[in-house]
Amino acid sequence: MLNKSTHDIAASFSRRGMLAATAGLMLGLASISGAKAADDTIKVGVLHSLSGTMAISETTLKDTILFLIDEQNKKGGVLGKKLEAVVVDPASNWPLFAEKARELITKDKVAVVFGCWTSVSRKSVLPVFKELNNILFYPVQYEGEESERNVFYTGAAPNQQAIPAVDYLMKDEKVKRWVLAGTDYVYPRTTNKILEAYLKSKGVAQEDIMINYTPFGHSDWQTIVADIKKFGSAGKKTAVVSTINGDANVPFYKELGNQGIKAKDIPVVAFSVGEEELAGIDTKPLLGHLAAWNYFESIKSPENEKFIKAWQAYTKNPKRVTNDPMEAHVIGFDMWIKAVEKVKSTDPDKVIDALPGIEAKNLTGGTSKMLPNHHITKPVFIGEIKANGQFDVVWKTPGLVAGDAWSKELDGSKDLVGDWVGKKCGNFNTKTNKCLGSGS
Amino acid sequence: MPTNLSARLCSFVLSLFLIAFALPAFAGPFEDAVAKFANDDFSDTDEAIGVVAGSGNKLALPIISALQDGRLMADPDSKKVYVTGADGKSIDAATGEPVASVPDSASAVRLNNRLRRSVDTAIGNLTLQSPDVGTRLQAAQSVFKSHEETALEPVDAALAKETNKSVKAALGDARAAILLFKPDATEVEKLEAVATLKARGDQEAMALLTGMGDQPATVTKAAASAISSIQSSLAVWSMVQNAWYGLSLGSVLLLAAIGLAITFGVMGVINMAHGEMVMIGAYTTFVVQEVIRTRYPGLFDYSLLIAVPLAFLVAGALGVLIERSIIRFLYGRPLETLLATWGLSLVLQQAVRTMFGPTNREVGNPSWMSGAFELGQITITYNRLWILVFTLAVFAILLAMLRYTALGLEMRAVTQNRRMAASMGIATSRVDALTFGLGSGIAGIAGVALSQIDNVSPNLGQSYIIDSFMVVVFGGVGNLWGTLVGAFTLGIANKFLEPVAGAVLGKIAILVLIILFIQKRPRGLFALKGRAVEA
Repeated sequence: MLNKSTHDIAASFSRRGMLAATAGLMLGLASISGAKAADDTIKVGVLHSLSGTMAISETTLKDTILFLIDEQNKKGGVLGKKLEAVVVDPASNWPLFAEKARELITKDKVAVVFGCWTSVSRKSVLPVFKELNNILFYPVQYEGEESERNVFYTGAAPNQQAIPAVDYLMKDEKVKRWVLAGTDYVYPRTTNKILEAYLKSKGVAQEDIMINYTPFGHSDWQTIVADIKKFGSAGKKTAVVSTINGDANVPFYKELGNQGIKAKDIPVVAFSVGEEELAGIDTKPLLGHLAAWNYFESIKSPENEKFIKAWQAYTKNPKRVTNDPMEAHVIGFDMWIKAVEKVKSTDPDKVIDALPGIEAKNLTGGTSKMLPNHHITKPVFIGEIKANGQFDVVWKTPGLVAGDAWSKELDGSKDLVGDWVGKKCGNFNTKTNKCLGSGS
Repeated sequence: MPTNLSARLCSFVLSLFLIAFALPAFAGPFEDAVAKFANDDFSDTDEAIGVVAGSGNKLALPIISALQDGRLMADPDSKKVYVTGADGKSIDAATGEPVASVPDSASAVRLNNRLRRSVDTAIGNLTLQSPDVGTRLQAAQSVFKSHEETALEPVDAALAKETNKSVKAALGDARAAILLFKPDATEVEKLEAVATLKARGDQEAMALLTGMGDQPATVTKAAASAISSIQSSLAVWSMVQNAWYGLSLGSVLLLAAIGLAITFGVMGVINMAHGEMVMIGAYTTFVVQEVIRTRYPGLFDYSLLIAVPLAFLVAGALGVLIERSIIRFLYGRPLETLLATWGLSLVLQQAVRTMFGPTNREVGNPSWMSGAFELGQITITYNRLWILVFTLAVFAILLAMLRYTALGLEMRAVTQNRRMAASMGIATSRVDALTFGLGSGIAGIAGVALSQIDNVSPNLGQSYIIDSFMVVVFGGVGNLWGTLVGAFTLGIANKFLEPVAGAVLGKIAILVLIILFIQKRPRGLFALKGRAVEA
């Protein structure tokens, strides 16, 4: 088909057009031979931004999947076939995420997609995955309030990151007054709503909670830091719970340091600052501030040491850091391989049914399990920022915490559960015994 | 059961034996406490700090300050603890005996924020009578912060001997803070304490007064009046603070916009790649700092001074190149210029992303740009202060250049009446290239300064381009003074709106105000008048 049409075009065009058509023909041939070779491979889609604002975080996740595929192929692939990565660049452009997802599923016929970072990009691809019935592994901590049949959430839900962090501050640092500071979009707003409800349920008064939102990439933090300082001088121990995203963190911490607010006076616990984000900044002013994650590079375990070594060898960079969303991809990838091997097929329907109950080792020495609500069990760690840009774990949950798709703190969602095994429903209301179905 | 019991007994005897074996013969409470540092348990460490600090042992201060600096090494196997000095020599923390070397299995005793506060309190109590004035002042301040009852005696003792005025005042504040929280202090003492804190008049004093808990009625009343007096003085200071923040934000806006005021304002080129020139200036700073870090670490404090001319040259040369290769073919076609420079900005971003990677690059603050000083009740950070000074200097130099140099004269001539200038023998196309290069070079200089307060990433320029156009349009196209006044007006308005409306709404409000203003005065604050406008 392609050959014929290019010839038709070539016939009706000038000499210059002919040249172009020949080039096109050669490209076409190349892609056909590529497709032929791909018949005996299983394709894995990688949907992470490689340009634009999110490239800073997502590029590493693309590399992680390529690394995991490489490792798996060394072990002989899966079901006797090699894995082949199909990498696309949605360019931090939310509608483009949906287009690229469609392209991966319909044109490249991938068996599974690993991708997305921001919640808005995940929301934008949801309808595509539902319509074309494929699988998305989403590796980033997010606001919860979602459980979809085609999506597996390997990052933390709010009860696996935000709530344990607040518990730590309340118990260990005896914090009585709270600043909830975040970037103005869906993840911080929902997380802060959950946290506010949780704090109030623990007896914190309204006047002891200050909520502040800033635009993406905010760089002038003078007023807000001065406000925090003022809020913190009411005679009660104060802490900042930060859902400030990405880039804006650097000037925020710099301003804190410059205005002389130390971690021992007003600690900041962040949910979006990891090893990767610290790699680009001077950590002196950040010493002692906290982050809550399910994984830290500094955690000592045989699995983690092996992973870091292999990763640095693969990237040929002995300084390349690892972080929490990377570990989520490691777990998710392992679970998918196990599910495929269990049902001996890459058919999405079969794999989706097989995934709940699958267990995979996480890198911190435990075993995570895929739950019926498509979230996983994870340990929660609180780490203090050290001078070398790594974290020192100062607290962890005694065991693994099961991810709640629907927050128990919010009135609208406390009766809901996601259960794709028994109820076949992502938002089952346990009070009314009804499935709300899609669209909510 | 019996086997279980005997097993327990056995292990009990064994552990007794081990303890007896591990501890030195003269083990006392001090030595026991020191050994606790090796347990790597935060509660044990906290206990140990308390015992060691209160022991009166002359090793207490060296041990605790070593703990603060991460020089206290503990060996988990032998439960021995060592103090390593800055000179590399080590002593056994329990005995003070010098040791040849610290075993490899030892690691620094870990701290968390709670322990850091305990350490500060301990050091404060221990150094109240240090011979060094600075240390004494710090000690008095940390006692003020912790205001624990046990510190009252040492504070009184220190007060009696103190001769330095500021340390004496700090000790007095510390004493007042302790008395205010001491349950059995007399009413007179407490009233005095309230008066002292009222005189101090800052946020920390207010924090103590609001958080002091149950007190006799007279004290509560005095505290309430002290709080309201501090509050009203702080309210005045917060106005001053907003004004300063406004000036500071204005200076950043001006710095980012000043190059655009030349390329867009004077030349009329809608240059969407302006932000990328700023970014390239910031990356030049990064490269300069990298070279200095690896080759000449002693020069680090001068890195910015070296980066300024380099950033001007790099961005300026790129500007000339862009003008010669793209813009000169598009004069008088604003839409095409807009699209071409927009495309160019994407190309430059991706080029930098490919060369330097997508992650942020670390640009350090030289020592003279870190920290802050107190002016009355407001905190002024050095980096913002220097940026304000730098911006005004750049503005003054640019103004002088346009007014007093031959190139400045030619630029003004060409922009006012191109044909007439050409008739007078001015090489207009050369002037165009140089003007564009000048605007770009100044954007590059702005990048050097902005690298100190913002992220150095390929997206750096994107966050400034909209603000820059806003400033130039608001101030009046073609008028440098307009840009100056525009930038500071927007900065101050923004900072007075922010505490009331929040950062997001504040920004929206400013945009709406500008749109309304442009409806009323389409040519901005300072419109150019005369025939030049129509030309």
